[in-house]
Amino acid sequence: MLDDQDRIFTNLYGFEDWGLRAAQRRGDWDGTKELIAKGRDWIVQEIKDSELRGRGGAGFPTGLKWSFMPKQPDGRPSYLVVNADEGEPGTCKDRDMMRHDPHKLLEGCLLAGVGLGASAAYIYIRGEFKAEADVLEAAIIEAREAKLIGKNACGSGVDFEIHVHRGAGAYICGEETALIESLEGKKGQPRLKPPFPAAVGVWGCPTTVNNVETIAVVPTILRRGASWFSRLGRPLNTGTKVFCISGHVNTPCNVEEEMGVPLRELIDRHAGGVRGGWHNLLAVIPGGSSVPVIPKVICDSVRMDFDSLSEAKSGLGTAAVIVMDQSTDIVKAIARLSKFYMHESCGQCTPCREGTGWMSRVMNRMVRGEADKSEIDVLEAVTRQVEGHTICALGDAAAWPIQGLIRHFRSELERRIDDRQAKTGEQAA
Amino acid sequence: MTRKKAFKFNAASSKRAKEIVARYPEGRQASAVMPLLDIAQRQNSGWLSREAMEYVARYLDMPIIRVYEVATFYTMYNLQPVGRHLVQVCTCTPCWLRGSDAVLDACRKSLGVDVGETSDDGFATLMEVECLGACVNAPMMQIDDEFFEDLDAKSTAELFEFLKRGDRPKSGPQAGRRSSEPAGGPTTLREISHLPKN
Repeated sequence: MLDDQDRIFTNLYGFEDWGLRAAQRRGDWDGTKELIAKGRDWIVQEIKDSELRGRGGAGFPTGLKWSFMPKQPDGRPSYLVVNADEGEPGTCKDRDMMRHDPHKLLEGCLLAGVGLGASAAYIYIRGEFKAEADVLEAAIIEAREAKLIGKNACGSGVDFEIHVHRGAGAYICGEETALIESLEGKKGQPRLKPPFPAAVGVWGCPTTVNNVETIAVVPTILRRGASWFSRLGRPLNTGTKVFCISGHVNTPCNVEEEMGVPLRELIDRHAGGVRGGWHNLLAVIPGGSSVPVIPKVICDSVRMDFDSLSEAKSGLGTAAVIVMDQSTDIVKAIARLSKFYMHESCGQCTPCREGTGWMSRVMNRMVRGEADKSEIDVLEAVTRQVEGHTICALGDAAAWPIQGLIRHFRSELERRIDDRQAKTGEQAA
Repeated sequence: MTRKKAFKFNAASSKRAKEIVARYPEGRQASAVMPLLDIAQRQNSGWLSREAMEYVARYLDMPIIRVYEVATFYTMYNLQPVGRHLVQVCTCTPCWLRGSDAVLDACRKSLGVDVGETSDDGFATLMEVECLGACVNAPMMQIDDEFFEDLDAKSTAELFEFLKRGDRPKSGPQAGRRSSEPAGGPTTLREISHLPKN
């Protein structure tokens, strides 16, 4: 188990004040000027050496992403955009960081901004997080008044501004190019890549989009050193991670643990165990709604990191662990997610716009067993036609939960169809 | 035909709008369209009339169609009048697993309306929404700007009794815990944080 001394988010639950003085007592904004003085290349190299991977779901190496930003200015400013459009079902970690530890994020923006050669950061926060946006705005005012950001931030000679931008209810804006479109004042419809945001991002300028947690861990990594962070977890799956444990556990919670913690230990130690005991577990969605569900037999031994879950044909995603016990109608649980993706498809690409609606309608029939068994294979085939055939990953995200269901719970789908047919047969007879 | 009602930012809205527009680079004021629509909606009893959208378009020097596109794309803009309170119940999988059906039923019963309807007295509009991002405090709902978490049928009904009396119920978890820590107290940060008294 992770020692408290190795935890980054020491005010995750908001037991202490979020304000600047309390944050400084917790170690934020300590020696920021000296870290900036070590220079852009040092910052990027430390983040590379830490093996930090993006915390928003895809797990792309952060230092590598930063190195795509132009080194020589060409007259255009560069921007850091923080993705705080947290909306992946099961996920509620960025919310706690913003409402209880906002100065970690702000200091992270400044240090990442130096690493990227950016002049400003925009924090794009989902519109429903009004209270969290208010805290962020107040923290920005505190930081500006204390001269930690703004002109000559921390006395470093660097000018750096941070702004909050509130969304207005669209899951798709968590996709980085849709987020950029939205920040420009448009519908949140993803852009084709290339060009990648590091070349042409917001307002046509070089832009890096990073998740809240990715940016908020940067100051601690730089202060304690890349080797401290990379010693936690295992190679290429390093550091700490805030997990959100929801569903059928005794004490649902957010908790910061070491990357690679066994799923069972995570649930038993922090979430009070599965309701009715571990043997009552049916399945877990281990990384937010977009990743395939895994049955108990995999949950018994799987570790919670990018590569372990990928080997189990699922994913760490946002590390949102949705636990379902034996009482769960697993088909209905996945069908509800299909409805979610239908609602959130932006409508730009045909396979996703039409496919999410079609899949949702078929899933609703599967819940009631109103189908032919051959339709299970048709459904699976359609998910393959949506997956990989759209501009952004929402199509994939809509396909994977259904693929996971068919892979592990085909017999349950078949049982419902049999039951239904037996019942209608009786009625006909 | 509905009567046209002119819309114009009041002093507070104007001040806020000016602050927001200044956040974006020069010539990029269209970026402010979402926050300005939000300001307009707040001033206009919680919904966006056509006049309000057109006013924002003129304010930002944008083609009106671009503002309509934004206002119709995002779910938080209400294009029809709503009740004095907007009640949004999350029914996505993590909330559903923990009983959002009972919460939604309690809302129907307390408000006397079904999803998508506004009560006759204009007290509240009930909506079913997708994940609101408070899943470890499920089930939950949003009333106006605030989150109400760790709900069940009883606490949901009590919230509406409060609201109907004109009181402001306390937002956040309704079952005793502070925020997202495990109920009964945290399993981590015991040495570092001040433990809550529970």
